[in-house]
Amino acid sequence: MRKFKDNLLLGLLWFGAFLTVAILLIIVGYIFYKGIGLINLEFIFGDYSPVGGGGIWPMIITTIYTIVISLVIATPIGILAAVYLQEYAKQGRLVRMIRFATESLTGIPSIIYGLFGAVFFVTTLAMGMSIISASLTLTIIVLPVIIRTTEEALKTVPASYREGSLALGSTKLQTLYKVILPSAMPGILSGIILSMGRIIGESAAIFLTAGTVAAMPEGIFSSARTLTVHSYLVTQESGDIELAAAIGIVLIVMILALNFAATFISKKLNKADY
Amino acid sequence: MLKLRKWKSILLLMSLTLILTACNGGEEDEGQASSGNGSTISISGSTSVGPLAEKLAAKYMESANVNIEINQIGSSAGITNAINGVSDIGMSSRSLESGEEEEVSPTIIAFDGIVVVTHANNKVKDLTMDEVKKIFTGEITNWKEVGGKDMEIVVVSREDGSGSRDAFQEIVDYSSGELVRNSIIASGNGNIKTTVATNEHAIGFISFEYIDETISTVHINGVEPTAKNVIEGKYPLSRPFLFVHKDLSEESQAFIDFILSEAGQEIAAEAGAIPITEE
Amino acid sequence: MPNPSEVKQKNKSNRLKYIMEFISEKLFLICALISVLSLFLIIGFVFFKGSNPFIADGYSFIDFIFGSDWIPSEDKYGIFPMIVASIYATIGALVIGVPIGLLTAIFLSEIAPKPIAKIISPAVQLLAGIPSVLYGVFGLAIIVPFLQNNLGLVKGQSLIAVILVLAIMMLPTIVTVAETAIRAVPKTYREGSLALGASPIGTIFKVVVPAAKSGIMAAIVLGLGRAIGETMAVILVAGNSLIIPTSITDSVRPLTTNIALEMGYAYGTHQEMLFATGIVLFSFILILNFVLAKISSKGGK
Repeated sequence: MRKFKDNLLLGLLWFGAFLTVAILLIIVGYIFYKGIGLINLEFIFGDYSPVGGGGIWPMIITTIYTIVISLVIATPIGILAAVYLQEYAKQGRLVRMIRFATESLTGIPSIIYGLFGAVFFVTTLAMGMSIISASLTLTIIVLPVIIRTTEEALKTVPASYREGSLALGSTKLQTLYKVILPSAMPGILSGIILSMGRIIGESAAIFLTAGTVAAMPEGIFSSARTLTVHSYLVTQESGDIELAAAIGIVLIVMILALNFAATFISKKLNKADY
Repeated sequence: MLKLRKWKSILLLMSLTLILTACNGGEEDEGQASSGNGSTISISGSTSVGPLAEKLAAKYMESANVNIEINQIGSSAGITNAINGVSDIGMSSRSLESGEEEEVSPTIIAFDGIVVVTHANNKVKDLTMDEVKKIFTGEITNWKEVGGKDMEIVVVSREDGSGSRDAFQEIVDYSSGELVRNSIIASGNGNIKTTVATNEHAIGFISFEYIDETISTVHINGVEPTAKNVIEGKYPLSRPFLFVHKDLSEESQAFIDFILSEAGQEIAAEAGAIPITEE
Repeated sequence: MPNPSEVKQKNKSNRLKYIMEFISEKLFLICALISVLSLFLIIGFVFFKGSNPFIADGYSFIDFIFGSDWIPSEDKYGIFPMIVASIYATIGALVIGVPIGLLTAIFLSEIAPKPIAKIISPAVQLLAGIPSVLYGVFGLAIIVPFLQNNLGLVKGQSLIAVILVLAIMMLPTIVTVAETAIRAVPKTYREGSLALGASPIGTIFKVVVPAAKSGIMAAIVLGLGRAIGETMAVILVAGNSLIIPTSITDSVRPLTTNIALEMGYAYGTHQEMLFATGIVLFSFILILNFVLAKISSKGGK
């Protein structure tokens, strides 16, 4: 009986994993099948043309801008915040409030971030519809993701590491930089990757803060259109699923490249660690 | 120790990126400040007007030394931007509300026709205005009542507040409250087109610019939906495309003059819109 | 015996260390407070805008919540159908997404042979990075016609289509976070349980998974956040009809969709009512977080 139950549960585990993988393959497969016909150098590196048949290079550049700016701001803040929560804070009302705030931020629909950004950054701070407005909005969006995953990663660092380091006479700060953060690095990196995914995937918030100008941005104060917003507009307004899928391929390849880079870095760091 | 060095190099890299982007930002700021003297025209608003405005701008920028930024964010947002001065020009596919009329003035840049569309296989090619109204208000719910197959009608409409929907409802003469409740609400012309193209039961309405072979167009009261019929006043479903603005800068005025010129109106016609005729 | 100047030197460097400790702790605190500040700004902004019609213009909040007519052009704002749609869609997505996600996470961390896990885990992370719009495109191009043709519906845009798209969308988040949590359970737990004669599968479900409970709860909350936060994909597959759904084949309009759909065109009271919709959505999420926090703290005991 127990054997049977075990086998049943084991079967369920295999089934669940199989289903997840199958869904991934179907979605990615479909996008590639639909969009691959449009992919060529001209499409990727060509300038956008409103008449049709142009490239998506301006959108790629815009996307890279938003990723870099928001991560440069969100990553240090997020990691330090998580360090405070995990390593410094006494578990009191303040910490509960901060935790509650981060968790609540996670749940806010991106369209509300977009509304907030559109009034706060675009109008109140007079940044206008621009890459910088969108990036700052995105910073708030990914902050809780980074905090949360960094916290989980810090939790996995065994207490003995901290105790050992402190016992050897290191200060808390030294322990943090030399022992805790390095060993939590792979977890932190996975948080950053999740954030990149979120930034690349965001459309509603960017739509309202960066605008939809389909041209090469002149700088971070210009209005521009990211890849995702482009694929959204293409689907919404021209119903062109093949073009949307082709943009999807570019997005997936970008994410793939980021993942490889991050895994590579985290491996290097791990090797250095031991 | 090795470890720490790696860490430091990562931090260094990040701060470098920050500095670089900041510098870049500064430069661009200057660039924008100089172009603020009038060489950039910022336009925002309706997604129906947007595609046409983009084509006009692309053509215009070939000869004139200006940069035109076009944001498709919806009619109301565009009008608000024009009022606040965030944009030089707002695009609208609906007429101005009473509060807005005092703030900005409209210029008609072209007309647009709205066409009733069905699935490509649908045999119903002609409807009276009254039938259209009855379908959208839920009085007629089966295609056989208007001469088609025996199947349920699925109504597809735009969202409440959309310029296209406002215009369509006003001409067909029903109110938002009368619209059949279980109708699918699509958020753009393209969305309606895709929905209708993939559903044999569906009926919807789109702008002339979006007509293609994936959907079947319906004649109203026996009149074919063409630009010519709109101009001659035979086809009833049409509305103006507006540019709304406060006092215009020289550059903006020149762009609008270009749009209203023969060359500009020709581009509008090619894009599927209906040129303004001198009457 | 160290000479006095050496002692002084040491004290000085010690003091410097303490100052550094003090400053860095405060810096970390400030970083942690930025999220609180952002939350207050967002809440303040949304509530200020959204409560205006009820305070200044005399609209009834009860009518807003329980009214079944949403006709902005006729000044009728009732979001009851959307509240019902949101609740149904969320529950449906949870029922499908959470079991599959957790099973996959457990499989990857405990059962899967290393080479297989090494391929699948990054692949699932990749799934998390796929923009929601593409899920919407996929849903519209595949799921909607599939439902239409195989279930004999007059329209594929329906509650069930929303549930499927949301369930798929929350999967990667749940899998990735839950997997990290399960991997973090100390080896000694497993060894102890196995040494006591428990079967490997029994160990997983009775020892490892309960030990990873807080992480798994975090995974579910994050997954829910993603599902509730997604708007664009839902717009494409929901149908956005303003009816109270009576079956999973009805087309629906969840709260998020209502905001995204009409924001571009809304102005005045209509726009403020969309912010009010945001407040409802927001409260909905706060309650959810609260409930889940309670569950996980109870489970902790």
